[in-house]
Amino acid sequence: MSATSPDPAALEIHDLTVSYHRKPVLWGVDLAVPRGRLIGIVGPNGAGKSTLIKACMGLLPLNSGWVKVFDRPLPEVVTRVGYVPQRESVDWDFPVNVMDVVLMGRYGRLGLLRRPGAKDREAARACLDKVGMLPFANRQIANLSGGQQQRVFLARALAQEADLYFMDEPFAGVDAATESAIIAVLRELRDMGKTLLVVHHDLPTARSYFDMLLLLNMNVVAFGPTAEVFTSELLQKTYGGRLTILSEVAQAVGAQE
Amino acid sequence: MTKIAAITFLFLAGAAGLHAARVSDVSSTDWTGQAARFLSLRDPAVRYAAGGAVLMGVCCGVLGGFVVVRKMALMGDTLSHAVLPGVALGFLWNLSKDPVAVFIGATAAGLLGTSLVRAITHTTRLKEDAALGLVLASFFALGACLVTMIQRLPTGNKSGVDKFLFGQAAAITAGDIGLMLAVTALVLGLVFLFYKELLVVSFDGGFARASGLPVVWLDRGLMLLLAFSVVIALQAVGAVLVSAMLITPAAAAYLLTDRLHRLLALAAAFGVAAGVVGAFFSFLGHNLPTGPLMVIGASTVFTGAFLLGPRHGVIARWWRRRDRAARTRRENTLKSLYRVCEEREFAGEGVSLTELARLRRETIEDAQRLGDELARHGLATRTDGMIYFTPSGRQRAAEIVRNHRLWELYLTNSANIAADHVHEDAEKIEHVLGEEVVRELERRLNYAERDPHGRHIPSVADIHRSAGLSGEARPR
Repeated sequence: MSATSPDPAALEIHDLTVSYHRKPVLWGVDLAVPRGRLIGIVGPNGAGKSTLIKACMGLLPLNSGWVKVFDRPLPEVVTRVGYVPQRESVDWDFPVNVMDVVLMGRYGRLGLLRRPGAKDREAARACLDKVGMLPFANRQIANLSGGQQQRVFLARALAQEADLYFMDEPFAGVDAATESAIIAVLRELRDMGKTLLVVHHDLPTARSYFDMLLLLNMNVVAFGPTAEVFTSELLQKTYGGRLTILSEVAQAVGAQE
Repeated sequence: MTKIAAITFLFLAGAAGLHAARVSDVSSTDWTGQAARFLSLRDPAVRYAAGGAVLMGVCCGVLGGFVVVRKMALMGDTLSHAVLPGVALGFLWNLSKDPVAVFIGATAAGLLGTSLVRAITHTTRLKEDAALGLVLASFFALGACLVTMIQRLPTGNKSGVDKFLFGQAAAITAGDIGLMLAVTALVLGLVFLFYKELLVVSFDGGFARASGLPVVWLDRGLMLLLAFSVVIALQAVGAVLVSAMLITPAAAAYLLTDRLHRLLALAAAFGVAAGVVGAFFSFLGHNLPTGPLMVIGASTVFTGAFLLGPRHGVIARWWRRRDRAARTRRENTLKSLYRVCEEREFAGEGVSLTELARLRRETIEDAQRLGDELARHGLATRTDGMIYFTPSGRQRAAEIVRNHRLWELYLTNSANIAADHVHEDAEKIEHVLGEEVVRELERRLNYAERDPHGRHIPSVADIHRSAGLSGEARPR
């Protein structure tokens, strides 16, 4: 668990424990994430997937352990970290339009007091174009479909121009067209050398979408290249005795062979 | 319920006290004279009252905008009631209405109240709403006791402390105005400087923190500004109703706009309007308590926005629904005309009212009414007993028929719905299908020519040709 390679790990977690109301959700998590990979975080409900990425970004208090991003404590490199929160975490009736939301991605870089200028607007427009939402730039966010809202969140993260991205279920409740548009953008980011950690719910697609998988259930069950980790044995270990999931796993593994 | 009873009691008590004050300064002028006196702003007391109302309106409106979009309305209510014991203690400090002492006492009490709410939710199983109710009631009760005590003190100038319950703009002094100016300048300056930070924190706090913004300090700063503006508004509106000046103008603005900066500006404007109107009527009524009058003013603005708002207003929505229903009715008539023409393979011109009535199983009078409606909208022309398509009417009729049959075919082919189940659905969908969706449906259905019932589906070419042809054949 050390980063002795010349390239330090994009993300290193040591002995991370996080709890809600004194119940541990994550317990003794160790992890070293190499750069330039598209990584899926999978595990059953309540396995601590969202908690892990929130803890990495300093949104939750840690009981123990530390997190380093590009070999530095997070506050020093906060502008190199991008975030796509869960879509349900905000009020979509909020009085802002699509452009306002995407511009928020520039705020971290701008720092306090400085206002977004013409260059930031240009960057935001380019990000909207990349997710196919430029025609909706002046639309009030309540008038978007779920898939479009998710694309706006992705565009905002793109506007952060980060090197390490945390995404909380970006595929939840989106249409097929949005799903393929999102995965195309994620792969493009990966090819640019960015590191992406994506909380994902759907096992069958997890196998085809991600380079590496992190199987999580309170602690790390397995972390490695998808081909090595996506085995019925490890998935069973992750999902425990949940029968419906087990049959899904069997199907997914069967489809692989 | 008990709270309402207590408020009613206090209001009556306050009104009785004010009645005495009114008798003492009976003025010889009638109400037109009073109105002229207010509007001319000659009187310094009037100037202070009006100026105070304006400053209060701006402050409460702008910060109220944040209160409403952040769903902190109950927090605002608690904060505004929790300041009362601080007002009384500030008053007791040197037994006079010293604006600075009252300001400090009230702000401290307000912040103590909100911190208590946070402490209760963090250390017990109680949720925020219970904690808010608890703090609101206990602080206000304490404040009410202290205020009554002060009024019974034998010494000191105690005039004015009762005005903090329901507000009295006429009691605003030059010192109050100075303080209000300072707070308003602070609020507007900070909101302007930190607008982008406050926007992102209000919309998505998690994202703001992940971006490295000092979210905790921004939240605390906003709460402090909120406490400041509640306290400066006390003199004009009173502790009982000041939360309404935070919520009501901003809620009205929220119904009218979709951008935060416009919402804040509108809320400030509504706050000022409500404040000045309240001060005016208070003056007209010889110093009636201003708070209730201002809140009635704000509620009137809200009612206006609720009913008349161009997009979300009740009347606009009702109008749009009516409009849609009328369009659907016209399109259904066009469709019936098309069906009549289709039955006789488009031979001859025009459709008689009898034929239309027969197809629709309606009376001649109904058919006549529908035909006249089409004529009014330029979709058909009418002669005695006959209806003729205009080019645009003919085109729209073909489009609607195409939409209906395409949709039926799509449901039976792609969704495996039985052919006798699809009609009802198509009846609704045909009016809302956009041109793009129609093209997509045509592509997916391989430009099919027959619907599930074997009837011809008009193609794009048909539609344009039919428009042209009927134009030539149209009777002059």
